[in-house]
Amino acid sequence: MMNLNLNAVWFILIGTLLTGYALLDGFDLGVGALHLLVKKDEERRIMLNAIGPVWDGNEVWLVTAGGALFAAFPHVYATVFSGFYMALMLLLVMLIFRAVAIEFRSKQPMAWWRKTWDISFSVTSLASSLLLGVALGNIAYGVPLRPDHEFAGTFFGLLNPFSLMVGVTTVALFMMHGAIYLVLKTEGSLHERVRGWAKNAIIFFSISFTITTMATLLFLPHMVATIRAHPMLFGISLLNTLAIANIPRELHRGRDFYAFLCSCAAMAALLMLFGIGMYPDMVVASNDPANSLTIYNAASSQKTLGIMLRIAIIGVPLVLAYTASIYWVFRGKVRLDRSSY
Amino acid sequence: MDVLTLARLQFALTIAFHYIFPPFSIGLGLILVVMEGLYLATKRPLYHSMTRFWVKIFGLMFAIGVATGIVMEFQFGTNWAAYSRFVGDIFGSALAAEGIFAFFLESGFLALLLFGWDRVSPKMHFFSTIMVSLGSVFSAVWIIVANSWQQTPAGYHLVETAAGRRAEVTSFMSVVLNPSTLNRLSHVLVAACQTGAFLVISVSAFYLIKNRHRDFAQASLKIGLLMALVSAPLQLLTGHSSAVGVARTQPSKLAAFEGHYAVSAPAALNLFGWVSERNERVEFSVAIPGMLSWLISGNSQTPVTGLRAFAPEDRPPINFVFQTYHAMVAIGMMLLALSLLGAFYWLRGTLFQSRWLLWIYVFAVGLPQLANQLGWLSAELGRQPWIVYGLLRTKDGLSRVVGAGEILSSLILFSFVYFLLFALFTYLLDHKIRHGPIEEELGMPGKAAL
Repeated sequence: MMNLNLNAVWFILIGTLLTGYALLDGFDLGVGALHLLVKKDEERRIMLNAIGPVWDGNEVWLVTAGGALFAAFPHVYATVFSGFYMALMLLLVMLIFRAVAIEFRSKQPMAWWRKTWDISFSVTSLASSLLLGVALGNIAYGVPLRPDHEFAGTFFGLLNPFSLMVGVTTVALFMMHGAIYLVLKTEGSLHERVRGWAKNAIIFFSISFTITTMATLLFLPHMVATIRAHPMLFGISLLNTLAIANIPRELHRGRDFYAFLCSCAAMAALLMLFGIGMYPDMVVASNDPANSLTIYNAASSQKTLGIMLRIAIIGVPLVLAYTASIYWVFRGKVRLDRSSY
Repeated sequence: MDVLTLARLQFALTIAFHYIFPPFSIGLGLILVVMEGLYLATKRPLYHSMTRFWVKIFGLMFAIGVATGIVMEFQFGTNWAAYSRFVGDIFGSALAAEGIFAFFLESGFLALLLFGWDRVSPKMHFFSTIMVSLGSVFSAVWIIVANSWQQTPAGYHLVETAAGRRAEVTSFMSVVLNPSTLNRLSHVLVAACQTGAFLVISVSAFYLIKNRHRDFAQASLKIGLLMALVSAPLQLLTGHSSAVGVARTQPSKLAAFEGHYAVSAPAALNLFGWVSERNERVEFSVAIPGMLSWLISGNSQTPVTGLRAFAPEDRPPINFVFQTYHAMVAIGMMLLALSLLGAFYWLRGTLFQSRWLLWIYVFAVGLPQLANQLGWLSAELGRQPWIVYGLLRTKDGLSRVVGAGEILSSLILFSFVYFLLFALFTYLLDHKIRHGPIEEELGMPGKAAL
C-alpha cells in the first residue's frame, strides 16, 4: 500500500457504505412511506413482511458508515454530528420508533394498536428520508464553519430551500425505489396497485430531481466544477439519466427486476456525482473555503487508515456474501407464514 | 444544570437503557445454540418448541437492543465531539470494526433465525443461530476493546496536529489487547451468560409455579440452571482477576472501590460501609484487615496506593463508586448462592416442587441486570475525572458547539421515548410469556404472529 492515497480510498469507501445504505435501506424507507396507501390488514402485513427479514441489516450500513466516518475522518464525524445536533437527535428518535413500529405492530390484534404502529412506521419512514436528504443537501450547500472547523450555524440555518429540496427529492427517490421493490414482492390486485404507485413515484421523482439539478447548476457551481474540468465524467451524469429513463420502460415490459436494477444504478450514479462534486472536500465551509473539512485535514493518521483498509478488505467480502445469501434465501413473492410479522 | 452534567446524564441514560438488552442477547443466544443443538442431536420435538419460543423472546430483545444501539454509535459525535477528535484514530477503529465484523453478521443471520424456519434446512438454521450468537459476542469484543482503551490506554502516542493534540495508534495489537481488555471482556461475557441464564430460569420457574408447560419448563430450567452454575464461580474468578488488574493499572479506581485513603499502606477489605469523603474514612464498616492487600498480591502486608496519593481533583466520586462496587459483588455472591441452592434441590430431586425457591427465581431475573448496571457504573465512575484515564478529562471531551438547552431538550426527548419503550417492551414480553410456548407449535396461519 505504498503509493496509495489512503485518504482518497477512505473517501470512496465511506461513499460506498452510504451508497449501500441508500440502495438497501432506501427501498425499505420507501415501503414505509407508501405503507398507509393500503388499508387492509393483510395487505399491510405483506408490505411489512416484504422488508421483514432485511430492513435491520439494511440499517447496519448506516451504522457502519457512522463508525467508519469516526475512524477515518473523526473531524467530520465530530463537526457534523455536534453541528447538526437537534436534526440528528430527531433522526435517531425516528429510527428508534420506526424499528419498534415494525417489530411491535403485528404482535397484538387490536385495531387501534395496529393503526398506531402503521402510522408511526409511515411517518418515521418519511421523516427519516427527509432528514437524511436535508443533511446531504446541507453538506453539498455548505455550512458556516469556524477556523477550528467547528460548526458556526444554527438549526434553522439548516432548513434552507436548497437542502429542503434535496430532502423532498430523497423522499421521492426512496418512494420510487420502494414501489419498484414492492412490484417485485407482491402479487394479485396489490401488485397492480403497486405498479400504479411506481409510475406516479417516477413522475414525482423526475420533477423534484429536475428542480434540484437546476438549482445545483445555478447556485452550487462548486458541485459541478470537477465535471467541468474533466468532461469524461459527464458520462456518469448521462448514465444516471439513462438509468432513470429506462425504469418505466422496463416496468412496462414486465421486466421488473431490471427496473429495480436501473433504480439502483441511478442511485449509485447520483451518489457518485455527489462524491465527485464534493471531492476533496467533505464539509464545505460556506463562509470561508479555508475552513472547509477536506479528506486531508479531517483524517486520521495514515497508519490508522491503513489498518482500517485491511479490516475493510477482510470484512467487506464477508458482508457482501451474507447480504447476497439473505436476499437469495428470501427472494420471490411475500408469503405470510407463522414466523411473519 | 451545566452542559457537562447534562451530557453525562444523557450518556448514562442512553447507555444504561441500551445495556439492558445486549447481555440478554448474548446470554440467551448461547442458550439458543444449546437448545437447538440438542434438538438436532435428539430430534425431540420438545427442544424444537423450546428453541422456537426462546427465539421469539430473543427477537424482541434484539430489536430494542439494535434500536437503542444506533444512538450510541452517533452520540460520541453529537455530545463528545472534542473527545471524538482526540480518540477518533483509535476508538473509531474499534467501532467501525464492530460494524463490519459483528453487526452485519448478526443482522444477516438474524433474518434466517427469525424468518428462516420454513426456508432453510434445520442444519442451516442451526448454523444461523450459531452465527447470530457469535456476532453478539464479537460485538461485545469490539465495544470492550474500545472502552478498555479508555480505561487503560496502550499502543498510542500523542501527536500535535493542526486541529489540536490527539492520540494516534502506534500498535493496533496493543490497542486491542490493552492491559484491561481480556479481564473486562471475560467479566462482561460471563455476566451476560448469567443474565441469559436467569431469564430462562425465571420464566421456567413461573410456568412451574402456575403448573403450565411442565415439560418445557423443566427442561428449560435445567439448561438455565446449568449455565448459571458454570457462570457463577467463573464470575468470581474473572471479577478477582479484573480487580487485580485495576490495582495495577488504575490505582485511583481500586482505592475508590474500597475507600482506601492512606497514601501507601496495607489495605483492608470492607464487607460494607459508608465513605465519608469529608473525613476521608470509611464509616459503619465491617472490614477484614489486610484482606485487600492479600487478594491483589497474596500478602496481607503489601502496601496499596490510596486516594491521598491523588490530588482531590483527580479522584473519582468515592462513596458512589464504593457503594455500586460493593452492591455488584454482593449480587454476584447471591447469584452463586441461588445457583448452588438450585443444584442442591435438583440433586435431591425436589427442585420442581420447591415453590419458595421457584418464587425467588421468578424475580431473580432482575439480579444479574442490576449487577450489570452497578458494575458499569463503578467501572465508568471509577475512571472519573478522566474520559481517557490519565490523558483527557471528561470535561475537556464535550462538544464545544452544543448548549445546555439543546442537551436538555434531547435528554427529555430520550427519557420520554425510553420510558415508553420500556413500558411497551414489558407489556409485550409479559404477553409472550403468558401466551407460552405450546401454541407457537400449532402453526395456525395468521394467528401465530400475534
